[in-house]
Amino acid sequence: MEKRLLRGNEAIAEAAIRAGCRFYAGYPITPQTELSEYLARHMKKAGGVFIQAESEISAINMVYGAAGTGVRAMTSSSSPGISLKQEAISYMAASELPALIVNVMRVGPGLGGILPSQSDYFQATKGGGHGDYRMVVLTPDSVQEMFDFTIEAFDIADKYRMPVMLLADGILGQMTEIVVLRDIKPKSFEKSWATTGTGKKRKHNIINSLYIQPEESQELNLRLQMRYNIIKEKEQRYEVINPEADIMLVAFGIVARVAKQAVAELCKEGVSVGLIRPKAVWPFPDACFSRAAKAYIVAELNAGQMIEDVRLAVNGRAPVHAINRLGGSLLTVEDIRQRVIEIAGGVPSACAI
Amino acid sequence: MPVQFKRPEALLDVYMHYCPGCSHGIIHRLVAQAIDELGIEGDTIGVASVGCSVFAYNYFACDMQQAPHGRAPSVATGIKRCLPDKIVFTYQGDGDLAAIGTAEIVHAAARGENITVIFVNNAIYGMTGGQMAPTSLSGQITQTTPYGRRPEDGRPIRVAEMLATLDGPRYIERVSVHDYKHVKAAARAIRKAFEIQLRGEGFSLVEVLSSCPTNLRMTPKDALKWVEQNMLTYYPIGVIKDGGVSCAG
Repeated sequence: MEKRLLRGNEAIAEAAIRAGCRFYAGYPITPQTELSEYLARHMKKAGGVFIQAESEISAINMVYGAAGTGVRAMTSSSSPGISLKQEAISYMAASELPALIVNVMRVGPGLGGILPSQSDYFQATKGGGHGDYRMVVLTPDSVQEMFDFTIEAFDIADKYRMPVMLLADGILGQMTEIVVLRDIKPKSFEKSWATTGTGKKRKHNIINSLYIQPEESQELNLRLQMRYNIIKEKEQRYEVINPEADIMLVAFGIVARVAKQAVAELCKEGVSVGLIRPKAVWPFPDACFSRAAKAYIVAELNAGQMIEDVRLAVNGRAPVHAINRLGGSLLTVEDIRQRVIEIAGGVPSACAI
Repeated sequence: MPVQFKRPEALLDVYMHYCPGCSHGIIHRLVAQAIDELGIEGDTIGVASVGCSVFAYNYFACDMQQAPHGRAPSVATGIKRCLPDKIVFTYQGDGDLAAIGTAEIVHAAARGENITVIFVNNAIYGMTGGQMAPTSLSGQITQTTPYGRRPEDGRPIRVAEMLATLDGPRYIERVSVHDYKHVKAAARAIRKAFEIQLRGEGFSLVEVLSSCPTNLRMTPKDALKWVEQNMLTYYPIGVIKDGGVSCAG
């Protein structure tokens, strides 16, 4: 088993090549640029195409064209650049085009800053662009998962014919860890819809999202919604630590890494606390909330975005608290530990004394 | 009696939505004719844009993609780079190519993408009902320039000449379809553009001056006369760039 020390951004790029991605278009933006640079060096050797486009808009539209030929295609960017891609993502969702879109989140709004954040949660999970559409949104919490989830993302995209987002953040993108590089044989999917030339042997294929007649537009929308319902049933991804605990933390991505450490320390102190970690934030893992804990604490690097989905899942059966950090710095183990103790009403041993 | 004139095979026998007297029908025909003559229908992928020509995907017999507004050159780039042996063309109007899609066309040209661009310039927004286009003439009355296009509304953009200043493009020609003689010349230019792509020589663009009688509020005949008398003086027809040397200016 090959192991390599890789930066998060590079792990995504290496996984993409191994997953059979043969088209990448992007535009430089911190903190994801190493992903582009890695593919600039390696894509050609793999027989694929690398293009540095003139804009984020152009890059995602190149991916639209490439995906339409049936080739596995991707783009990557960071928050402001992802905003620019929303128009074409909406088109791709409507045209049923599979592709991977990587967002290595930085702090916003506006130009924001280059420091890590999770403040694009709403944009990623609630649509982002115009119209009724969804993307599967995978949320890795390690460099290994950035590698693994990238490979999975291409399969999900092809299986459901839709754009899939890998939602990471500036820390995950920049941090270096040992990664086990699996050699995989990319799954092949039947793509009879692709525009590869009719060869004058079949009716022409059309990649399109314009439906002028209300009946046709309704048909497309209902078809998409049916697919999303299937995905909600089949593609919830999560990890749960101490599922029977009184207090459940909920965190994804880099914050989940910190929360795991806090849970370990608190358990030693005798506090009944666990962690729900969504590995995908759309579909949101409602399944983890069938049993109501005594209380939930949602830890996020934003002003409170995922907490809305947690509240929907908990549906009033337990109080849902928040701990947030804004502006680009990370919540610490101690921050989370203190918040849990506050909600727990103290440490049990301390209470006993 | 043998058939002297028929619909090209690359153009489907379907009802078209274009208004009476609109030049799109002629230009569609010329593109399809070039595809037929070169025998490339089965290997061609077209990219429709946003505007009146959006439904081009229903009219051409080859595979088609429909691009977001202005982005057809980027979509075509993605297709062509993945399928370098196929023929890829975009069909774009003036609002699509010369306003919202300015960056995309400039950089596709700068990269010398081996694609063919059919740029239909009728100096007005058709689909949305007659608003000012980037190519509307100075003084031209439109729905959004009711007193005529003023300098502060922007001076009309000569796309062909602008792109010819770049080293990337291989072939740029401006043609018109306002009368039979010019339609014949336009047919030759469009075919040449596809031939250049077939030989792998790089980016080719044909700007086609055309008429929109509906939004010019004219009869089809008067609209063609308007193109001849007004557009041809500002947008001179001819080869703007052929080979490495720019013929512009």
